[in-house]
Amino acid sequence: MMQSTFPVLSLVIWCPIAFGLFVLAFGRDDNPALVRGVSLVGAIVSFLVTLPLIQHFDNAAHGMQFVEKFAWIDRFNIHYFLGIDGLSLWFIPLTAFITVIVVMAGWEVIEKRVAQYMGAFLILSGLMIGVFCALDGLLFYVFFESTLIPMFIIIGVWGGANRVYAAVKFFLYTLVGSLLTLVAILYLYFKSAGSFDILTWHKLPLPLSAQILVFLAFLMAFAVKVPMWPVHTWLPDAHVEAPTGGSVVLAAIMLKLGGYGFLRFSLPIAPDASHYLSAFIITLSLIAVIYIGLVALVQTDMKKLVAYSSIAHMGFVTLGFFVFNEMAVQGAIVQMISHGFVSGAMFLCIGVLYDRMHSRQIADYGGVVNTMPKFAALFVLFSLANCGLPATSGFVGEFMVILGAVKFNFWIGVLAATALIFGAAYSLWLVKRVVFGEIGNPYVAKLKDLSAREFFMLGMLAVAVIAMGLYPAPFTDAMQTSVADLLKHVALSKVN
Amino acid sequence: MNNMNLLPVYPEIFLLIAASAILLIDLFVSDAKRHVTYLLTMATLAICAVLSLADVNSGLTTYTFHNMFVSDPMSSLLKVFSYIAVGLTLIYSRQYASDRGMLSGYLGGEFYVLALFALLGQMVMISGNNFLIIYLGLELMSLSLYALVALRRNHAVSTEAAMKYFILGALASGFLLYGMSMLYGATGSLDLTEVAKAAASGTVNKTVLVFGVVFLVSGLAFKLGVVPFHMWVPDVYQGAPTAVTLLLGGAPKLAAFAICIRLLVEGLLPLAVDWQQMLVVLAVLSMVIGNVTAIAQTNLKRMLAYSTISQMGFVLLGLLSGVVNGNVFSAANAYSSAMFYSITYVLTTLGTFGVILLLARAGFEAENLDDFKGLNQRSPWFALVMLLLMFSLAGIPPVMGFYAKLAVLQAVLGTGQVWLAVVAVLLSLIGAFYYLRVVKLMYFDEPVDNSVIVINKDMRVALSINGAAVLALGLMPGPLMTACATAIVKTLAS
Repeated sequence: MMQSTFPVLSLVIWCPIAFGLFVLAFGRDDNPALVRGVSLVGAIVSFLVTLPLIQHFDNAAHGMQFVEKFAWIDRFNIHYFLGIDGLSLWFIPLTAFITVIVVMAGWEVIEKRVAQYMGAFLILSGLMIGVFCALDGLLFYVFFESTLIPMFIIIGVWGGANRVYAAVKFFLYTLVGSLLTLVAILYLYFKSAGSFDILTWHKLPLPLSAQILVFLAFLMAFAVKVPMWPVHTWLPDAHVEAPTGGSVVLAAIMLKLGGYGFLRFSLPIAPDASHYLSAFIITLSLIAVIYIGLVALVQTDMKKLVAYSSIAHMGFVTLGFFVFNEMAVQGAIVQMISHGFVSGAMFLCIGVLYDRMHSRQIADYGGVVNTMPKFAALFVLFSLANCGLPATSGFVGEFMVILGAVKFNFWIGVLAATALIFGAAYSLWLVKRVVFGEIGNPYVAKLKDLSAREFFMLGMLAVAVIAMGLYPAPFTDAMQTSVADLLKHVALSKVN
Repeated sequence: MNNMNLLPVYPEIFLLIAASAILLIDLFVSDAKRHVTYLLTMATLAICAVLSLADVNSGLTTYTFHNMFVSDPMSSLLKVFSYIAVGLTLIYSRQYASDRGMLSGYLGGEFYVLALFALLGQMVMISGNNFLIIYLGLELMSLSLYALVALRRNHAVSTEAAMKYFILGALASGFLLYGMSMLYGATGSLDLTEVAKAAASGTVNKTVLVFGVVFLVSGLAFKLGVVPFHMWVPDVYQGAPTAVTLLLGGAPKLAAFAICIRLLVEGLLPLAVDWQQMLVVLAVLSMVIGNVTAIAQTNLKRMLAYSTISQMGFVLLGLLSGVVNGNVFSAANAYSSAMFYSITYVLTTLGTFGVILLLARAGFEAENLDDFKGLNQRSPWFALVMLLLMFSLAGIPPVMGFYAKLAVLQAVLGTGQVWLAVVAVLLSLIGAFYYLRVVKLMYFDEPVDNSVIVINKDMRVALSINGAAVLALGLMPGPLMTACATAIVKTLAS
């Protein structure tokens, strides 16, 4: 482990939180322009401080980098223990980047309580980065759970008509899962003779029965967060009711907290249980990929459609984790990052339309390309990325996962590959109905094309999507060593 | 050992003299100058805090008055938090009480004096090392609180609450006294140290001892307000003037925790197997009935009463995890977790009722859930404070309540009773629902009542500090947890 001389991870975590608290404390609702400006500066600064991580990250090194470790709660041997490896590296700049986009997305749209809105997102950003950096089980849990509070407020205050139901459902659903995880964390604390260190837990021998219980307890939290079928039902509600920024963060980052949890906890702490239960998880993943893909096809609400497509895409991710080969696990991580860009962009596009028409129904649109050509171009690009067109980021991850799955079992690979067809079907059909064709109604005829702000934020995402699609090497190179180490670790039995 | 050493009793002696002096001085204070009484009371609390803090720092255990009274790190720490609790209550309730005529006319400043005497009773309970001393402390506290609940004597609901509280409280005291008399009969001593020795010797009639324990536990359960001895809690919480609700829902819980430790742990540890089983039943029932019933409430004070019942269930979980298979290795861990939980609970409750008192004004109690609608638009800062407090009660990080639940859960898991931990966790999920509802009302709904919130400066500062403390102790819970652990370890070792 490399001890860091400068606490760069702390800076990355606390910088957005500090800006968020500042905005919350001093933001006045009678001067929203200033609040927006300060928030944007905060988000950009928070993004810039993550860049040294990429620059100084050593792709070849094993173990954790940029490590910081201090005693936090002596009484229970809990440490403020941060560090990242190839599995977590790219999520950090991704989170900070999405936060910049989200601040821009709420620029003119959010008019009431601007300071609270911006503050909530900045704080949320820091907390989510904390989840990716934490190497102490309890610190992880604290960050993981804390994210619920700002998200609950975001959905409930700035959400749509049925926001209260969606917010409460989101909160309670997630809480059920994570409370059992807390019991598992405490169990590991006792088993490891009083340590909350995740890396110690990785080496902790456990009998199979205990591993299965621990695995299932973690599964409760991560499966809800990912979300996996059948515990996905909170997501469509939350997405539909959340404001655009909330949907973006939810899809782009929050779901990844669950996926990342599998990599950091479930697989290395309970490797035997992971193998033992892999068929179960693969089955759930395939159901998500295929069945939820079909469900997405019949949606009439655009946001719901993208929400279901998120679930299907995350099915690929969990599938990739549990076929246990390098190609698939890397593909799954790439898929998570790519999905961060693509789903974020899709929700922003829907937000752009919603701001103009105040409708999310597909039936209310048609022929948008005639009045909004710039928008249409970007929307088509993101839809194609969403269905995994080569040369976009969506292709890389899905392709790697399918290759890996074929290596594991041909038929699983075939089943997963069929999902690409569903993906193409719902994405392209959405485009056909919304963007192309005759102008559907007089309201569409009056639509104005993207403003400079909207074009800029969607453009940045488009660049990211294409760049990652054409040249994924920086992403895969960084995670290569860590993924190989993880798989080597998972292959060894911990049953003693 | 100096049997008449007065040093450990200085805080109590000072408080007694000061309270009596304030009672007299108050006679010469006109209604318009009632703040003199208020300031004198606050000064008294401050001096008591200095005296007790010195004891905390010395970390010594001293017995005095023939072992009847003990000053140890646990007692000093709990006393300091009791002063904080009473002090904050008085700050929060000044405007409220004066709006309701509780600080003028024939009542004078008796509100303050009674509060001080109740505090004195709590201090005696916390430091009692003898059945009779503990009982005397309990009665001093209870009688003062009965009077406080009935302070608005022309107010029907308050009077009813006072009657209920008095009758059930007297019954509980009777239980406790009966249990004590049985234990005295069996062991021949009122001194807790002697009782413990006799119980451990095995020469005492076990049946009588266990009967004594049953009555003792019932009496304690009454005072803590856990199921099935909880009937008084919702009515009294709702009926009493909010300021008094806080006086009896805050600091007394610390004293009740202390007598649980004194009687059950210090006095009757050899019988732990017996009373731990009783506490399991009480704890699980309290968490079930407290949490489920709270959901159905529309009155916030009543909802918080049921929430208290479930929170006390959690304290019991800590208390029942001390002795596993007859060994006491994890005792300090378990009891200090329960102590941390109690302190967390008291700090959080103070803030919660503080916000209710903040919204109340002359002729308006702000005790219905709907009165909190849209608070975020009326006062974003205090809505945020209430949000932190609610999440603390629900046990969501990063606020203090989470670490309290964590500490207790790890103590329970330490005993190997995984099912109990899972039950506790699932029931706190039900609890999260009604705390979330308060947040929902404050943030998601439009205000019905748009009147401007008028706040005294001292209250604004105190309530802000209270809210910030719940967050700060969530970010840095280490020192207080360690303090609790050290206090319990030293107390058990003596």
